[in-house]
Amino acid sequence: MEQVLLKGSEAIAEGAVLAGCRFFFGYPITPQNEIPEYFARRLPQVNGTFLQAESEIAAINMVYGAGGTGARVMTSSSSPGMSLKQEGISYLSCAEVPCVIVSIMRGGPGLGAIQGAQPDYFQAVKGGGHGDYKNIVLAPSTVQEAADLTYQAFDLADKYRNPVIILGDGILAQMMEPIVLPNEKQDFPEKNWALNLDKNRPRNVISSSYPIVEELEKVIIRLNQKAEIMKGEVRWDTLQVEDADYIIVAYGTSARIAKAVVRQAREIGIKLGLLRPITLWPFPYDAIYSLVPQVKAFFALEMSTGQMIEDVKIAIGRERPVYHIGRYGGVIPRVNETLEKITAVAKG
Amino acid sequence: MKKVIVKPKVLHNIPWHYCPGCTHGIVHRLIAEVIDEMDLQKDAVGVASVGCSCFNYDYFDIDMSAAAHGRAPAVATGIKRVQPGRLVFTYQGDGDLCAIGTAEAIHAAVRGENITIIFYNNGIYGMTGGQMAPTSLPDMKTTTSPYGRNVQETGFPIKMTEMLALQEGCVYAERTKVSNPASINKTKKAIRKAFELQLSRAGFTIVEILGTCPTNWGLDPLQAIKWMEEKLEKQYPTGILKNSKGDSVICDKK
Repeated sequence: MEQVLLKGSEAIAEGAVLAGCRFFFGYPITPQNEIPEYFARRLPQVNGTFLQAESEIAAINMVYGAGGTGARVMTSSSSPGMSLKQEGISYLSCAEVPCVIVSIMRGGPGLGAIQGAQPDYFQAVKGGGHGDYKNIVLAPSTVQEAADLTYQAFDLADKYRNPVIILGDGILAQMMEPIVLPNEKQDFPEKNWALNLDKNRPRNVISSSYPIVEELEKVIIRLNQKAEIMKGEVRWDTLQVEDADYIIVAYGTSARIAKAVVRQAREIGIKLGLLRPITLWPFPYDAIYSLVPQVKAFFALEMSTGQMIEDVKIAIGRERPVYHIGRYGGVIPRVNETLEKITAVAKG
Repeated sequence: MKKVIVKPKVLHNIPWHYCPGCTHGIVHRLIAEVIDEMDLQKDAVGVASVGCSCFNYDYFDIDMSAAAHGRAPAVATGIKRVQPGRLVFTYQGDGDLCAIGTAEAIHAAVRGENITIIFYNNGIYGMTGGQMAPTSLPDMKTTTSPYGRNVQETGFPIKMTEMLALQEGCVYAERTKVSNPASINKTKKAIRKAFELQLSRAGFTIVEILGTCPTNWGLDPLQAIKWMEEKLEKQYPTGILKNSKGDSVICDKK
């Protein structure tokens, strides 16, 4: 297989193009500018449309319009910009418009800093916008996975008529790795609900407006039932968990650091394993819980003050201690400082 | 007996929620008649906004997309970029278009987006209960300007269509009213012209239509028509602000 050297951002964009995405609407924000820049070059080559919107708010609403026609469509942004997109994401979820939204996290809150961080887990996984809704959240950890998960995200979005979020960070978006690209997708699902160009269908309406409360309740129940089915998409990866006394849970860039921590912990006799959630929603609760009998303690390594750790705690209840390890605002957790904290617990 | 007028094909025969004397219904009918006459039922996509007209996705028998508050021009842009051959229009009130949706509207015009904005201006927020809009007249009493709109504190009525007409991407901007048969016919012609220009891919078009809000103005329907003509039209004179050749009535000529 032919390998190509790509940045994480470029891998995301090319993965989308190969998945049939022909429309991109976005607004510049660091550290994800290589995504719109790639689309600006690439989409005209495949008869697609790249449009730089006047704001993240406009961009996500252009996604709503384009996705409602049945087209494969994407937007991307970073933390402050993702805050602006939340209104639109709520509408997209309720109106069941499939689309892919890439969130490349940086240091926050506020304007924060442009370096990669993971403080927007709650925003992506727990809602972000108003109302009861759930979106599938995929967290790539390598450039290869950035391409693959984005490619698959379009199928998931169409399958469930639901937005899918790719949650990465500035480090993943900026790093380069050799990858193998997926094949260009040829077959796409029919969308009889969409405002497509079929003149023989009845008219369609794309809407999240249900002024009769009993009708809205029915919609919410149906969306919730759909969410239960979407939970079947849960994915995770493990490293050396079979004999592990301790488990570190980490996603995305943190999981790359955690892999090195596992290796070095084993060198000093600590049986550490890694569980890496690939889907953050649905979260691999059962996979984590299944490790409880063999494990003395869990560690949640994340570049935030502790967001994913709440899901780890939901997974295991109070049966084992869970320790948070992290650096904030764009500071990268070091392998040695992470290992020191684990060692302190392991050696009592 | 000879039928002289029939319900347009693209209007659903269901009860509407508009108040007695409100002129939204007239504007809906005009849009529907134009779509019928141009035979565009299968080619038209309407974008509903937020405000009194927010349920019109149920009234027009065409493909509809219901946008968030102020975002209709962005939603219309998304649709039009995928389906450039279709007729795409938004239907927005003055709160939606001139306050929360200012940026989306201006930049749709800047891009020369091939969409049409139907802008219903009655100088007040109707759906939320009669609050002050950017278009409310000086000294106008609303529920959030109970002592009258103080322009020193809240500014002057916004000239939205004028702003849109200033943009090079806007090829046609006209302000009309729906107060009598002549002005209603004129409004219909303006809508048709905007739609025709859009289908010829000329660029961005807008028709601003002065309408009433008897409920929130605190007037009966006939008084409301009179108020519209005497007060609202004085602030917002009707006429063509820009025509299809790009000649501008309000812009400086080069």
